[in-house]
Amino acid sequence: MSDVRSGPCQWETVIGLEAHVHLRTASKLFCACPNKFGGEPNTRICPVCSGMPGALPVINGRAVALAVQAGLALGCAVNLHSLFSRKSYFYPDLPNGFQTSQLEPPVCSSGLFRLEASGGTRVNPEIRINRIHLEDDAGKCIHMGSSCSMVDLNRAGTPMIEIVTEPDLRSGAEAAEFMRQLRKLLMYLDITDGNMEEGSMRCDVNVSLRPFGAKEYGTRAELKNLNSFISVRAAVEFEEERQKEILEAQGAVEQETRLFDPESCTTRAMRSKEDAPDYRYFPNPDLPPIILTQAFVDKIHGSLPERPEKRRERYVETLGLHDEEASLLAASAALADYFEAALALCSSPKRVAGLILGELLPEASRRSVAFADLGFSPARLAHTVTMLEQGKVSLKVVQDLFSELLDSGESVEKLAEKKGLLQVSDAGALEQAVLAAIEANPAEAADYRAGKKKLLAFFVGRVMRETKGAGNPAVINELVKKHLGA
Amino acid sequence: MPEIYDLSLSRVAEGLRNKEYGVSEVVESALARIEATEPKLNACISILADAAREQAVRMDKQGPQKNQPLWGVPVGFKDVICLKGSRTTCASRFLENFRPFYDAEVAVRMKEAGAVVLAKTNMDEFAMGSTTENSCFGRTANPWDLERVPGGSSGGSAASVAAKQVFAALGSDTGGSIRQPAGFCGCVGLKPTYGRVSRYGVVAFGSSFDQVGPLTRTVEDCARVFAVLAGPDAKDSTSARLDLHPEGLPEQDFVAKAGRGRSEEPADTLKGMKIGVPDEFWESGLTAEVEERCRDILKKLEGQGATLVPVSLPNQKYALAVYYIMASAEAGTNLARFDGVRYGRRAENPADLLDLYVSSRSRGFGEEVQRRIMLGTFVLSSGYYDAYYRKAAQIRRLLLRDFENALDLERGGCHALLAPTSPCAAWKFGSLSADPLTVYKMDLLTVTLNLVGLPGLALSAGLGRESGMPAGIQIMGRPFDEAALLRLGAVIERLAPGLGEPAGI
Repeated sequence: MSDVRSGPCQWETVIGLEAHVHLRTASKLFCACPNKFGGEPNTRICPVCSGMPGALPVINGRAVALAVQAGLALGCAVNLHSLFSRKSYFYPDLPNGFQTSQLEPPVCSSGLFRLEASGGTRVNPEIRINRIHLEDDAGKCIHMGSSCSMVDLNRAGTPMIEIVTEPDLRSGAEAAEFMRQLRKLLMYLDITDGNMEEGSMRCDVNVSLRPFGAKEYGTRAELKNLNSFISVRAAVEFEEERQKEILEAQGAVEQETRLFDPESCTTRAMRSKEDAPDYRYFPNPDLPPIILTQAFVDKIHGSLPERPEKRRERYVETLGLHDEEASLLAASAALADYFEAALALCSSPKRVAGLILGELLPEASRRSVAFADLGFSPARLAHTVTMLEQGKVSLKVVQDLFSELLDSGESVEKLAEKKGLLQVSDAGALEQAVLAAIEANPAEAADYRAGKKKLLAFFVGRVMRETKGAGNPAVINELVKKHLGA
Repeated sequence: MPEIYDLSLSRVAEGLRNKEYGVSEVVESALARIEATEPKLNACISILADAAREQAVRMDKQGPQKNQPLWGVPVGFKDVICLKGSRTTCASRFLENFRPFYDAEVAVRMKEAGAVVLAKTNMDEFAMGSTTENSCFGRTANPWDLERVPGGSSGGSAASVAAKQVFAALGSDTGGSIRQPAGFCGCVGLKPTYGRVSRYGVVAFGSSFDQVGPLTRTVEDCARVFAVLAGPDAKDSTSARLDLHPEGLPEQDFVAKAGRGRSEEPADTLKGMKIGVPDEFWESGLTAEVEERCRDILKKLEGQGATLVPVSLPNQKYALAVYYIMASAEAGTNLARFDGVRYGRRAENPADLLDLYVSSRSRGFGEEVQRRIMLGTFVLSSGYYDAYYRKAAQIRRLLLRDFENALDLERGGCHALLAPTSPCAAWKFGSLSADPLTVYKMDLLTVTLNLVGLPGLALSAGLGRESGMPAGIQIMGRPFDEAALLRLGAVIERLAPGLGEPAGI
């Protein structure tokens, strides 16, 4: 078994987790403001998300669809009728004085997540999902010293789902691994951008201890707002030790909410059960119930992509991609779909993967846009691959011209032709260049003839440079061998 | 030759269209009337004279616009309706200097119809109250007797219309706040079906109860303004996606129907119509004069061929309790946004965050508002939710069933129900203010319609024999069938004794 039960410890750690996940939508949950991280404070706000008098919320249908998609991916039952409630508390970053969340019924209930085994976890444990509900995020307070705080409402109204597990996790490592794998799945489905630094994913963790074999749960502490895998693990492990000490001294763990300090890797009490706020949930009268049709749910179910693990395996085993290439492509359903769409129109998985990973993604990241926003259709990618295959252009030229290819909208061979970079495969035309290269480098030519066959690449390179990359390397190879001997 | 301000909205709109007078003349006439009556009434919180005059000049230059049914007509807005750039106070210290940077949807529609907003009218703070005494700008007087309340919370709108300051005013009705003051001041007030008129930009009191509607001098005027307000709004999720009247008639037809038969009334106008008389409303401690006036209307309707049907709404006895539980729960959370952080009143030099909230809100909100917030907070508290809110929500559904049974035409139900708007006529200032519970009880006959979301049209049944004050009667009808209410209202308007001029001004 795993290391959790090793050692003298007689306590079993029981963990339930609430993951807060920002949804990738164009606009906020209840208004048309852009759903984007950062920006000048209070520039992405309107009467609705800044809680102006008289403003009213209108639900973002895309957010509901993403919540349903997440639910289906986690094996949940989708509730065709669910309700928004007001959760009341005062804080300066909460414009309405209440959060709009879901109590009963939430959009999804009772699912199951199969954790893949990893260091520190049990063997493929099953983590039951209690529920998934939709809610809006608050703004942010920026504290400027002790006497001044500022409020930025750009984040207020960001659509989120909260994924609540049953208390099925058994160690800090497992809790962190759950978050890691959950993030991977939700990013694959493009439900979230998964950006932990920007707070797109964070979690609260409930930790309690009980003697091994006990049926009853111990008293739990809730650890709030953990925003990295390392914090999740460290917070749970600190809490395990803290509670163990109390229990072994015959003390009682208090039910309380605790804050984790990532600097010292300790937790400290924030509020006790008695101080727990009374949120006074009740149905939000400004929002009618969310009524979904079974057909809507079925449609989303039908369009759920193949699981990422399956896809990766298939890419390696049937397409012959490297493990790493396959993993990168299968990390996002959208990317994998793109890859497959291009592949359907040409015949070289290697080249398609190479261009996506070597050119398309780096170019997107240079331009700070999503790859899909480059507007380079799978058909154009496939055409480029076909041109490569047919020897019309060289890989070097494609690489050099890639940025222009994106901007111009022209086909790769047109672009290459304009620049005189169409691949030259005509032996007659290349022979001149090969002879010139031999003549210009007599020492190397002599070495080659003396048996230093590695210099073949040197001569091919010279000729390529001479032809600005347009020479067909295979043809040049043959010509060099012809004149210097194989 | 009557003054322009004396004319009905329908007549003045016609005169403007025919260029009998210009917008500036109409605006000046109304402003002169405001100047003459306002010292006695205090019906307005803000008088937008400069803006209205400028707008009038622009409009006169441009000439009448065919597609603007209210072109050039001066109107008032209850100060709960956001008007871009104009102070919108809700009669609260908290919002004393608040200027919204957006228009309420109803403001947009009224402007697009060509109306000139002349005044923001007085009200009970955040629409909580039925006397317009709970205003940080002072109380409004009833034009029929300056010693009496105009009703509320849209008391400023009702008094302004009854005193002919404006040709129509918008009010909001959460538990009777349009119908009760319309009854008290002798004007016409319509609470539309919940979802009929957009609530966007109307500062919320009870979100599942609030509806904006017109207060006017005649039923026809009411129909004209209602036709402008009604219709779906994508910014309000509770707005009904209904463009058409249930019978398939376009909104514009309300006007034609309401105005029908301005000439002599044939004796069988109402032949075949069943009018329900709910016991629970008529046997609820009405004053003799109110009962007399309203029964007289019933008799006259019978004379027009209508059949009176006794009706029972067994859950009506719970209506008041259910209303004060649910409306306060919604109000408490709706008012949570007034925290002193982003706009409105903020306490100076608060000791800490809690002090910022407590001081800003304690000083910003009046007594009645604080009472409702506490009530709302209590009924939603952990451990009390099931006993209060959940139970109330269940009874609310039962009440709706009572009305569905009474109005179910296919099973022999009524076309409409009729009842007084209040158990009594307008009372004297201060006579009830020491006893909030008694004032709450005065809402007994109006809160029910808000609980069930159905439309109600209030108008005068004549002057009471003892008080000499108007007695209000309300027609309650089927959902989204305001046209039927306006039709019947027009008949009652002709049958009821004339009121003459308000005696107080």
